[in-house]
Amino acid sequence: MSDTVLYALEAALNGLTVGIMYSLVALGFVLIFKASGIFNFAQGVMALFAALTLVGFQTGQVPFSHLINAAFGTSIHDFGWTMPTLLAIPATIAVMVGFAWLVERIVLKHLVNQAPIILFMATIGLAYFLEGLGDIMWGAEVKPLNVGLPQGMSRWVDETTFNLFGYGFFVDVLSLWALAIAAVLVTALVIFSQYTKQGRALRAVADDHQAALSVGISLRFIWVLTWSIAGLVALVAGIMWGSKSGVQFSLSLIALKALPVLILGGFTSIPGAIVGGLMIGVGEKLFDFFMQPIIGGATENWFAYMLALAFLLFRPQGLFGEKIIERV
Amino acid sequence: MLDSTEGYVTADGRQIGGVVMELKNITLRFGGVEAIKNISFDIRKGEIRAIIGPNGAGKSSMLNVISGFYNPQEGDVIYKGYKRPRMRPYQVARMGIARTFQNIALFEGMSVLDNIMTGRMNLMKSGFFSQAMWWGSAAREEAEHREKVEKVIDFLEIQPIRKTPVSRLPYGLKKRVELARALAAEPQILLLDEPMAGMNVEEKEDMSRFVLDVNDEFGTTIVLIEHDMGVVMDLSDRVVVMDYGKKIGDGTPDEVRNNQAVIDAYLGVAHE
Repeated sequence: MSDTVLYALEAALNGLTVGIMYSLVALGFVLIFKASGIFNFAQGVMALFAALTLVGFQTGQVPFSHLINAAFGTSIHDFGWTMPTLLAIPATIAVMVGFAWLVERIVLKHLVNQAPIILFMATIGLAYFLEGLGDIMWGAEVKPLNVGLPQGMSRWVDETTFNLFGYGFFVDVLSLWALAIAAVLVTALVIFSQYTKQGRALRAVADDHQAALSVGISLRFIWVLTWSIAGLVALVAGIMWGSKSGVQFSLSLIALKALPVLILGGFTSIPGAIVGGLMIGVGEKLFDFFMQPIIGGATENWFAYMLALAFLLFRPQGLFGEKIIERV
Repeated sequence: MLDSTEGYVTADGRQIGGVVMELKNITLRFGGVEAIKNISFDIRKGEIRAIIGPNGAGKSSMLNVISGFYNPQEGDVIYKGYKRPRMRPYQVARMGIARTFQNIALFEGMSVLDNIMTGRMNLMKSGFFSQAMWWGSAAREEAEHREKVEKVIDFLEIQPIRKTPVSRLPYGLKKRVELARALAAEPQILLLDEPMAGMNVEEKEDMSRFVLDVNDEFGTTIVLIEHDMGVVMDLSDRVVVMDYGKKIGDGTPDEVRNNQAVIDAYLGVAHE
């Protein structure tokens, strides 16, 4: 095999990791969109907030310490203890469930039956609020996140590919873990939605609100449940991104790449979110690899959006979305 | 007038029990429009109770009051002897009141079987965590519910379409699946909003037979709204007649048929 193909293959493999992050954020979007028709602009910020909270718990940071110090002239930053990851993760999940409950209580409950654009605007507000809250609570500096996932070059991939092609691929072990964790998460979600009572209720609400009410399903419970699951997915995305490049506020911007992912995969399809994310992740790496000599670098910033535009022109329902047929 | 605890025997010899639900002086307004004006009637155990009336008479509104989709501004709903507080539709459903909709509200993306399984949602005991953690007992419960659902499927003769996605079914069968879902909840009161609307004669006959069979087999109390007078008179034990939000008649089909106010409402009054 020629060197170019090998290098391209390596780039594509590394693109999978980034793709998985996009997929996970897009997955959160899809879950909420299916259950309530709300386009949740805050999904990316939820990932950021979850990661910030996790780091905060792990390092025993005092929430709102800057605010407290400014108000009372004190100088406190840490509780002086650290929390093991196995405890910090459930604690963060609890915070995300609490957040879901508050969103339902304070925002969604009052906006029932409003036009989708109003709900969308509400989630934009929510995104900025949450970003600000994350800043005030935990501070704006970049924080390293370590949940014990192994990092560094995968020797196994290196050796295998070297034996096969005579050229060892450089792949981060973290990427392989990210793939595995995402696979487990998606499998768990599918099992939950297909085989449990609450999963069935979730699908019912996604399908028809009125019918769901008539069989005794509480819409509000389901909304809290969906936002909680979206929070959990956000946490997983936040952990992966944070482990890779530290917890920083640019995460909420990177998460916007979930939009082209959704256009590729279709807004209502869970497999679509996964495949779309992987396609964009791999696609932008490959595009960069082949086009860099011709048009220069930094194509990763716009490639996804260009691809989404092409999809909007030729297949607006996405790869897995249902085709909308107007009956006249 | 009948006493609230004592029943009566129908024309075809079925014993009807005491009052299950009583609607007392119900008034429902939408802004300035009174959809229901001070209506009272009762529903007795085991009977088929019809609500009829011309278009816009407030029949569907009445059914929505019973099922909790609307909360009346005035009046009480007395269910099993207790005044029902303001409730949300899902809470009413959990008290054993199941319904179908005029425009069919099914889960289009799910199979017929899954749709009917949702009907048993309220009867499933396993909670969120027990389902997630205690796989065995939850799976056993699922199997038990599945068995009950299969009985309903047999009863309504929809075995051949069990696995079919609902969106692919024709209208008449969708109506039947919706009835099956309501029935799967083993309701105390079954509310049917125009179960035969838009059906051809044959489908109407089938549906009438199912309504009678359900009542006969399970003793389910049924409240139904229907336009087709022939069907209503054949099916129901007692009929409430509404016109412009008011109750203008209440009694057995024969009584109602001979009621002058009802005749006027349906045929119009000659102006001198």
